[in-house]
Amino acid sequence: MPPAPRTTGNPHDGTPRNPARCPPPATRARFRGGPEVTLADAVFGLLGVVCLGSAVLVVTTRNVIHAALWLVVCFGALAGCYLVLTAEFVAWVQVLIYIGAIVVLMLFGAMLTRAPIGRAQELDSHNRPVAALAGLATGGVLLVLVVAAFKGAYVDVHHTAVGDGKVIGTSLFRFFVLPFELASVLLLAALVGAVVLTRRDGGR
Amino acid sequence: MTQWAIHSAWLIPALPAAAAVIGLLLWRLIPGGPAVPAIAGSAASLVMAVLVLAEVERSPGQVHQSSVFWTPTGGIPLAIGTRIDGLAAVIAVMVGVVALLVQIYSTAYMAGDRRYSVYAAEVSLFTAAMLLVVVASDLFELLIGWEVMGLCSYLLIGHYWQSEGARAAAVKAFITTRIGDTGFLFGIFVLGVGTHSFEIGRVVADPAALGHSTITAGALLLLAGVVGKSAQFPLHVWLPDAMAGPTPISALIHAATMVAAGIYAVARVYPVFLAAPVALTVLGIVACITMLGAALAALADDDLKRVLAWSTVSQLAYMAGGLAVGGWTAGIYHLLTHAAFKALLFLAAGSVLRSVGTNLMSEMGGLRTRLPVTFVTALVGAAALAGLPPFAGAFSKDGILAAAHARGGALGNAVYVVGLVTVFVTAAYVTRLVARTFFGSYRGALPHVHESPLVMTVPLVVLAFFAIALGLPLLAHSYGISRWLDAPAGSRPLEVSVGSVLLTGAIALCGVAGVALLHRRRPAEDPVLVLGRYARPLAKAFWVDEFYDRTLVRPTRALARSVLNIDRRGVDATVVGTGTATTLLGSALRRAQNGNVQAYASGLVVGVLAIVVAVSLAVAR
Amino acid sequence: MHLSLALAVSALLFGIGVYGLLARRNAIAVLMAVELMLNAANLDLVAFDAWWRDQLHAGQSFALFVVVIAAAEVGVGLAIVLAVFRLRETVAVDSLTELADRDPVRAGGDVDAADEVAVGQ
Repeated sequence: MPPAPRTTGNPHDGTPRNPARCPPPATRARFRGGPEVTLADAVFGLLGVVCLGSAVLVVTTRNVIHAALWLVVCFGALAGCYLVLTAEFVAWVQVLIYIGAIVVLMLFGAMLTRAPIGRAQELDSHNRPVAALAGLATGGVLLVLVVAAFKGAYVDVHHTAVGDGKVIGTSLFRFFVLPFELASVLLLAALVGAVVLTRRDGGR
Repeated sequence: MTQWAIHSAWLIPALPAAAAVIGLLLWRLIPGGPAVPAIAGSAASLVMAVLVLAEVERSPGQVHQSSVFWTPTGGIPLAIGTRIDGLAAVIAVMVGVVALLVQIYSTAYMAGDRRYSVYAAEVSLFTAAMLLVVVASDLFELLIGWEVMGLCSYLLIGHYWQSEGARAAAVKAFITTRIGDTGFLFGIFVLGVGTHSFEIGRVVADPAALGHSTITAGALLLLAGVVGKSAQFPLHVWLPDAMAGPTPISALIHAATMVAAGIYAVARVYPVFLAAPVALTVLGIVACITMLGAALAALADDDLKRVLAWSTVSQLAYMAGGLAVGGWTAGIYHLLTHAAFKALLFLAAGSVLRSVGTNLMSEMGGLRTRLPVTFVTALVGAAALAGLPPFAGAFSKDGILAAAHARGGALGNAVYVVGLVTVFVTAAYVTRLVARTFFGSYRGALPHVHESPLVMTVPLVVLAFFAIALGLPLLAHSYGISRWLDAPAGSRPLEVSVGSVLLTGAIALCGVAGVALLHRRRPAEDPVLVLGRYARPLAKAFWVDEFYDRTLVRPTRALARSVLNIDRRGVDATVVGTGTATTLLGSALRRAQNGNVQAYASGLVVGVLAIVVAVSLAVAR
Repeated sequence: MHLSLALAVSALLFGIGVYGLLARRNAIAVLMAVELMLNAANLDLVAFDAWWRDQLHAGQSFALFVVVIAAAEVGVGLAIVLAVFRLRETVAVDSLTELADRDPVRAGGDVDAADEVAVGQ
């Protein structure tokens, strides 16, 4: 099946909306005279708050193990965000790989490097003020830029193509098969590299 | 034969120069050592000079000039050649005789010196330079010889360079004469440019045509060089200190030849000076001051050689005074006699020094029995110096005084009076010298004092003969010396009357008698002490040296030190400081590389943010 | 929903990640902060994919690739951290300062040959 032509991407470019899929007006709330605050907004906002909160805890808690666990919460919230954005496959991959593999790997690393369980020595370096400044500045600049650029942009969650397995699979193996193969080679290289790096001297 | 000699007169300076080069480079190949080329060179040059003199004697009044080649300079050309007249011939013979005797004397005096080859070569070179000055036909040629003489004087005074006194004395001599030589050079320029030629013949041909101010300026500038080279006031300070060199050098350079070169230069271009009476007046004033001052300083010095050095300064002032009042022949005659008796006195002093090992007269005494030949010859020299007839010095000195008296006027009378007083002082210090050295009892510590070897005493005898004989041509051949020296027009002829000779002789005898009586009364004491506290300024030579030190030497040294400090603290510090500053800057910048990855990452993030903000603002505008 | 909401969350998450990258001492904690930053980028990609209504789903595909690369990076990063731990008995990133430029005069015996050659004195 030939690929469908890409849309211009601007939801406000005049293509007719399907009125049957618009949610009933009773659930819409007004927000500054612009497009309304919908349920999707609220859920996403909540999940975003959880994500950000747990992220802050990740970078500030004194216990490395706790940080890893807060990272789990953060990734979980992000998975939820992906679901709201109808990216199902990515959401599950997030849970499986990030939470299931990467965080576990980090926990293993923390234990192998004898990370102190419980509160211990100072976990933050003396770079804190500069780091805080840099972090605030980065967040601030990005925030201002994107909000200024995309103030009125609106994602129509009812009319996107849902990113389920079939769709993503088709996309991957049709249009992005070469990057996919290269990614697998990359994984192989990383695997071999990690093994080599952690060998003890004396063996070949 | 003599015709050939005249035409080959250039050999006169060339032979000792060749001897110098050969002696310096090849003395190891010559059996007999460095003395052979040195003596041979001087002897050959003397033979040539005698032949030339014979030819001049045959045709008196004629000037033989030949130029070998021209050097085109783009402006006034320079010629190299010889100009032989009576004056040149006579002086050349004098130089040859003294140089030969000094070379022979040096073989014994400098025996055992490791650097005798260098010494002999330098003496030969010096002889060549002096002879070049004598026979030069061109003013620049004369200047070349003049400067080479200065160089050789420096080298020879500093022969014992291990001693700081010798080194300092050599530098002092060189610098002091250099100051005069600058004026001399400019004098040559003025005269040469005015005459459009540097040839001596052309310069003296018609000096009045140059214009009064030009000729006066040229003559005064030449006088600067004369004052320096002939150690007259105010540039006399180098000669007493130059006694740090070996005694034969003092005899050759600082008695007979180099210091006489200044007088010779005035005599050579005398018509120029006759056309510039101001210059002659200045010369006369300088001569008066120097004559008496140096004689007084000689009265108080304890060092035997320094007394003779002051004496040289005083006698040179006599010659200068003679030339200043127009007594050309008298001045040159005194130059000749002075060469004989002063060289004699210096060589005798060398003999004494070598035997007793000290320069100071307070450690000598009673040597007339132990050094008999030296004593007799020194006595002859002393008598000639004091001006006792019939020794040669009397007639030459008297000739000068007669010329001064005949000239009259302020200058003539001044020279006459000062000259007479100086006769008395001269006789006094000469008697003091002889008495302290040879009479009384021996005050030194050496157990044995021997007479010097024959090689040294024979030259003494030869010079003593000349000190007596040079008085004779005056008596025997009725002013024979005037016949040989063709005096320039406008100068006074040599007149010596019996009366004036007796007058000067009497004054001299008074001086001799006075000091002899003082010595007889107290043989062990220095006669000058009778002057009491007036002896001190005499001993310090009127503090001229100290004055120069205060006003010239110390400010120059302070300036040099301050320049050095500016260089060290200013310039060097700046240069080194740039290095230090760069290192410090590097240290400051090094703190950014502290190895902490997070520090690097912070810098990265902040930088990227700054760029992003800047670009956004620019795009938004 | 408003796109700017997702972008805002992503921006703030990125800022928090930057703070963690620059402030944390433990190497594992730094890696966690890096993961936060990568996730922020992922959120952006997915959000834009939803807004574009992209038929190719380039955004979500790229998000998957980012996950793959993040995994590989964490694996290799932890291997390095373990190697460093074996050598130094510590994983504090501010104690790993070999590449510092030390003053050869004042550092005493702590200067290696490369430093001395570089300074040239």
